Amino acid sequence: MEYFIQQLLNGLTLGSIYGLVAIGYTMVYGIIGMINFAHGDIFMLGGFAALIVFLILTSFIAGIPVALALLIMMVVAMLVTSLWNWTIERVAYRPLRGSFRLAPLITAIGMSIVLSNFIQVTQGPRNKPIPPLVNDVFHFGDVTVSLKQMVIVVVTAVLLTIFWYIVNKTPLGRAQRATEQDRKMAALLGVDVDRTISITFIMGASLAAVAGTMYLMYYGVASFADGFIPGVKAFTAAVLGGIGSLPGAVLGGLLIGLIESLWSAYFSIAYKDVATFAILAFVLIFKPTGILGRPEVEKV
Amino acid sequence: MSVNVNPAAEPLLKVSGVETYYGSIRALSGVDVHVNQGEIVSLIGANGAGKSTLMMTICGSPQARNGSVVFDGTDITKMPTHLIARRRIAQSPEGRRIFPRMTVYENLQMGAGLDNLKYFDEDVEKIFALFPRLKERQSQRGGTLSGGEQQMLSIGRALMARPKLLLLDEPSLGLAPLIVKQIFEAIRMLNEKEGLTVFLVEQNAFAALKLSHRAYVMVNGKVTMSGTGRELLANPEVRAAYLEGGRH
Repeated sequence: MEYFIQQLLNGLTLGSIYGLVAIGYTMVYGIIGMINFAHGDIFMLGGFAALIVFLILTSFIAGIPVALALLIMMVVAMLVTSLWNWTIERVAYRPLRGSFRLAPLITAIGMSIVLSNFIQVTQGPRNKPIPPLVNDVFHFGDVTVSLKQMVIVVVTAVLLTIFWYIVNKTPLGRAQRATEQDRKMAALLGVDVDRTISITFIMGASLAAVAGTMYLMYYGVASFADGFIPGVKAFTAAVLGGIGSLPGAVLGGLLIGLIESLWSAYFSIAYKDVATFAILAFVLIFKPTGILGRPEVEKV
Repeated sequence: MSVNVNPAAEPLLKVSGVETYYGSIRALSGVDVHVNQGEIVSLIGANGAGKSTLMMTICGSPQARNGSVVFDGTDITKMPTHLIARRRIAQSPEGRRIFPRMTVYENLQMGAGLDNLKYFDEDVEKIFALFPRLKERQSQRGGTLSGGEQQMLSIGRALMARPKLLLLDEPSLGLAPLIVKQIFEAIRMLNEKEGLTVFLVEQNAFAALKLSHRAYVMVNGKVTMSGTGRELLANPEVRAAYLEGGRH
């Protein structure tokens, strides 16, 4: 039983990170109906930005408090990824808006390749390790909870609350939802659609940066290839939860985290990705719009 | 809002020689219409004549390829749609375009976005007084409303913007006669009491002409006739084409 609870906690932590990244996929899909395949690499970029900031901080300010260092890493990573995602949208997606559906998808894959290769060339192809930042652990019977797990879950929960509030209760969120539901009508009501879409990319990138920082803190390593597999997992999470749905993205992320860690714990770790994607396929057969996805048919 | 006379006596909206294309297909060919401050002007014509296209061209979506649209002394022909909306042209467009997954209340909030909801509480009461049905349905999602309720919501949402010019595209489409009467009555009242300028497209030519100060008849992307509502009601050609045997 303790072992099960332990794995549940591990899965929850991993799932939180996937969930944060999945929100970026789902929001962009919701608002412009395209999959931003570069989003996984934005997440990876966030990790690298955090890593570089960490190295700078520790070499210039000895004995900087870990919490402060993490905060600075996170904020800088958010700025860097926001700038990148904003630029990508501006140069690679916006000119293709209104073109055939596949065009932005192809440039998105292109941008993904650009980003991972850019990091590979500038930062080198090897894994970049950092010393463990947060070491405290707590024991509850046989169950061990590390402080970094708690930080990840708490940060995720706080960010989700803020995010939920923005999307559902603020004028910006209303403009985003209006743009998502009927772009032309939103413009007729004075909503600057281009700006709203840019902000959506910035918001998605910020969450990806937080996820990237958390991933770095949790595993203590960054690699240029990290955009791919975790990116695909987060995308899977968004689809599983129902693409376009914010709570769906989080639910999907948590589920994938749990499936992965429980499968690794009880079956074979080598097959954990197979299990994840098999469950995705299974769910989509019975619920093609994902768990919380909305049905496509609507009364108009 | 009171009826203020434009100092230069320029019309509030002046559309001159407008040509709009969908790809290579010309939908409007040299349209000239104008709407004066405080008027109700209607545009009648058959399906596919270009009425809705003209409404959308005024709002810059699509933009006119040739000709000009001048609103309140400013050329808005090539202005992006959202900036045109911010100059207080509000439209209840063809198909109503309610945000289906937003509540009635949120749809109205979207209408009041230009002023950051500054006058929202005051204005929403007016809308609810005008269309009490919306008040009952305020927390329901837009997509679940009936056609008539959506029409009321679409007009209400446009009014929330405190428009200088209200564009209504077929406010009577698909509605029960009683509700049509109610909506037309509301338009008349807003025009008389608040001096609201209205430009409306209607297939229900009889009701539209009775309501309007002036009207235009559109055929195949061109304005073929214009006059006061009364003149057009009496015109034999208009009667033959749009009134007799048509719906009332």
